[in-house]
Amino acid sequence: MTAPTDLSEGKRVPGGPPAVVVEDVSKRFTLRHARSIKDITVRLARRQALSESFDALHHVSLTVTQGETVALMGLNGSGKSTLLKLISGVMSPDAGTVRVRGRVAGLLDVGAGLHPELTGRENVFLNGAILGMSEAEIKRKFDTIVEFSGVERFLDTEVKFYSSGMFMRLAFSIAAHTEPDIFLIDEVLAVGDPPFREKCIARIRELRDEGRTMLIVAHDIPMLVDLCHRGVMLRRGRKIYDGDVAEAGSLWQADKKAKSAS
Amino acid sequence: MTTASQNAGPASTGRAPAVQLGSPRHGRTVRTAADPELRSPAGRGGLMEVVHHRYLLKLLLRRELKARYKGSLLGLGWSYVRPAVNFAVFYFVVGVFMGMDKVIKDFPIYLFSGLVLVTLFTETLQSATRSVLHNAPLVRKVYLPRELFPSASLLVSLVHFLPALAILVAGALSYGWRPTLTGVAGAAVGLLIVVLFALGLGLLCAAATVFFHDVEQVVDIVMLTISWTVPMVYPWTHVRDHAPRWLLQIWQLNPLVSAVELFHHGFWGPLSDGRIPPPPALTARTVSALGCALMFFFIGEAVFARLQRRFAQEM
Ligand SMILES: Nc1ncnc2c1ncn2[C@@H]1O[C@H](COP(=O)(O)OP(=O)(O)O)[C@@H](O)[C@H]1O
Ligand SMILES: [Mg+2]
Repeated sequence: MTAPTDLSEGKRVPGGPPAVVVEDVSKRFTLRHARSIKDITVRLARRQALSESFDALHHVSLTVTQGETVALMGLNGSGKSTLLKLISGVMSPDAGTVRVRGRVAGLLDVGAGLHPELTGRENVFLNGAILGMSEAEIKRKFDTIVEFSGVERFLDTEVKFYSSGMFMRLAFSIAAHTEPDIFLIDEVLAVGDPPFREKCIARIRELRDEGRTMLIVAHDIPMLVDLCHRGVMLRRGRKIYDGDVAEAGSLWQADKKAKSAS
Repeated sequence: MTTASQNAGPASTGRAPAVQLGSPRHGRTVRTAADPELRSPAGRGGLMEVVHHRYLLKLLLRRELKARYKGSLLGLGWSYVRPAVNFAVFYFVVGVFMGMDKVIKDFPIYLFSGLVLVTLFTETLQSATRSVLHNAPLVRKVYLPRELFPSASLLVSLVHFLPALAILVAGALSYGWRPTLTGVAGAAVGLLIVVLFALGLGLLCAAATVFFHDVEQVVDIVMLTISWTVPMVYPWTHVRDHAPRWLLQIWQLNPLVSAVELFHHGFWGPLSDGRIPPPPALTARTVSALGCALMFFFIGEAVFARLQRRFAQEM
């Protein structure tokens, strides 16, 4: 159980070896305007460009120490998800290197690995394996996962019959119990009903206190300030700040204000 | 581990001082360059990674089989119906109406031994081609060896193939067939050729489909022709008698032609009355077909491993 003393304990700056090393990484996307022969001909005839390239990340470097919890901040489209995808290995950088220590698992989307035609029970095994757990590990954690998600009664029902709340609870619960060395969380804490959300945040705090490395994207700045050791702020694909999480939060606030003003 | 659901309350107040601010130590760190435990999060690709993820492959196979027949009365039984209908159509149209029954002794066995292989090939290639694109949500969000998806397609087809093979054996036995050592060994090589060829092409087409969705249509159309381009409903002698010699030679280069002939050699050959002579130089062509299938397998694997790095951003 998490007592207040543990909380401050958890916030102590860990001093270990680096767990995530992002060095001078750039990522460029190609936006194709035309895919079909018809569109291509029309565009060629009008002398319009067939595609455009877009730099989602410019020379970003970031080192996360083992046990550190880092908040990634920035407006929509600033490259937070792209950075997390590079760290998880879903995408590869065009320039620079990304290296990690240990197993990375991400909650980049709630329930990407859940299959609607399978039952809750089958999905725990499938999604657990997708997130990198071994069979023995899943069996060991099965009861904890089910208890946390609170879908016991529907365990043998196909997931397609779940309410969206139940669906997300099960998905989060599986991901939060995979115990990776590096845990990536992208905007999934906003889902679910408030009590479950509290439970998720408590679980993340627990993971942090166990000394797992985490990178978190969320929109709730006070929560991030409370949870994280460090804040990193991205603006249009560039890292503009790396340091105190409260300071990063206020930079983000300023960006948000500037955007809504314009 | 207990869940701390009740303790998520007030924020911690007694926070320790924050991390040293935006110092260069967060930037390029030379120290880490030689650390052997730091590795790239993305795998290098290749089928060896599938071997390391055997358990997940098993679950994906189970998912495929379950999802495909979910809510149907017949379930896995449907995988028997499709080849059965196929067989009946070919048997009555080509065998009875067009008289192939009289040209080829024990035509049903001749037909079915080719049909099981052709079905294995087309099913594997078609579902492997779709496999990556159809798993887009996963490919975009989670790093997995992407080779898992075409591999699972192959396994599903093999699950369908095994009962068909059992029926073939039972049917051949009822016609008086007795296995021969070379026949069975040859059939095993024929199966290997089809598996390697289908998986290699499947990897190639699956990767290409991510970039050009048209590939899926092209593969479907080409698969319509497979039953007619291998000696399944006609004997090889028809090609010899009706086509120029160079065309026969090109036709015989197709690994599927050799694979089907190997199955004929194994399951129908012992029943043959010699009216259809055995195809010439089958041993040499087996070697060349196996080489060709291996080549496609390695090319498919290498191309897929290269292209899979760009899958997530292209879908
Ligand atoms: N696969 C992709 N293809 C093309 N553009 C992309 C792709 N993924 C992201 N982008 C673009 O890259 C930019 C950064 O996106 P993202 O990392 O998702 O931002 P954030 O998560 O900070 O909102 C956005 O402008 C987005 O449109
Ligand atoms: Mg995002």
